[in-house]
Amino acid sequence: MTAPTPGQTVGPFFGYALPYDGDNRLVPLGRPDAVRLHGRVLDGAGQPVPDALLELWQAAPDGTVPQAEGSLRRDGHTFTGWGRASTDRTGRYQFTTLRPGAPSSGGQPYFGITVLARGLLDRLFTRAYLPGTREDLLPPVPSDRRHTIMAEADGRGFAFDVRLQGEDETVFFDYARD
Amino acid sequence: MTETQADISAEIAAIAQEYATAGVPETSVRLDYPPYRSSILRHPTRAASQVDPEELELWAPVFGQRDVDPLEADLTIQHRGEPIGERMTVTGRVTDGDGRPVRHQLVEIWQANAGGRYIHQRDQHPAPLDPNFTGTGRCLTDDDGIYRFTTIKPGPYPWRNHHNAWRPAHLHFSVFGTEFTQRLVTQMYFPGDPLFALDPIYQAVTDPAARERLVATYDHDETSHEWSLGYRWDIVLTGSHRTPFDGDVE
Repeated sequence: MTAPTPGQTVGPFFGYALPYDGDNRLVPLGRPDAVRLHGRVLDGAGQPVPDALLELWQAAPDGTVPQAEGSLRRDGHTFTGWGRASTDRTGRYQFTTLRPGAPSSGGQPYFGITVLARGLLDRLFTRAYLPGTREDLLPPVPSDRRHTIMAEADGRGFAFDVRLQGEDETVFFDYARD
Repeated sequence: MTETQADISAEIAAIAQEYATAGVPETSVRLDYPPYRSSILRHPTRAASQVDPEELELWAPVFGQRDVDPLEADLTIQHRGEPIGERMTVTGRVTDGDGRPVRHQLVEIWQANAGGRYIHQRDQHPAPLDPNFTGTGRCLTDDDGIYRFTTIKPGPYPWRNHHNAWRPAHLHFSVFGTEFTQRLVTQMYFPGDPLFALDPIYQAVTDPAARERLVATYDHDETSHEWSLGYRWDIVLTGSHRTPFDGDVE
């Protein structure tokens, strides 16, 4: 194993570099099966984080993992499974996407989320599981924190807040390696 | 109660001392690093939950020629004129922790201009904007995991962490691996920068050897006669979880 390159904060000035047109619309708005994944990013004082960037990575509705290029220049048809959303002045983000399906290998469907922000020294990983996911099928996290990785049903989509710190701090994941 | 560089430097020194005394090696950046004031309310206080990656996380999004124009790797040709500053090539190899090249994957960079000014509207400090420099670039790694950008050397810039705070010159890098778990967003620095010791973002990597991995090497082999200087910076992502298949192995 070679030692990895450490992370550093995305800083305050990514806004002219990482976002791009259509970054948070994995599918066109008008598509009948489009869903909205949205929420807020909050700091340890419960204040909105207006300079965060969330990246979404998810399976297609049939549970397969997309391996198609084109996330940066979308063609309006291909589902690439990946997108990016900046938070606004009120800490809100949103994606227009499709409902992820369960993988054929087993396991529960979820939205994979990477969190970047000014003041956050390294990226964080979390998962937003779909409403109704059986609690015993969630990853092993303390029962009083399970709700932090559950998206809530919300009209034609899902609501999912990211709390970087505090009482209801979101569960962030580290991927075990043997 | 404006804090001075001396206040921040004392905090940095105390943490460095505590790290050296503890004798427990760290390889990554700390999330909880109070000398970087903006991190105080923005770091998780609970330990990350260890999970095995699921199928989704064993794959990364795919980027290709549809996504990136080869010209996006040259930050000096985005406007009518030449940007001001030291023209340079920045190149290196992206590998995973097992030494395998990360092929055909997206690398994004962004940076200040030669005067230390970002084009971002939130950067309003009185250094000149350069009408010939935006400071963003993209490329795909090649068959060997090599990325290569042409740009100009950014200047150091002031920020508001404390009174008279200056960041060492750096390029921001966003890198994808072959797996979702390998995502890396970081900063590349230049050798010998006198601001290293003063900077709470750089120093948030408490291990001196790990910090050194953020610093590029001047490489005369990457220079061009009467044209540009050259720096080399290799990037190592975390180890892979996926059982390698033929296509992954050199």
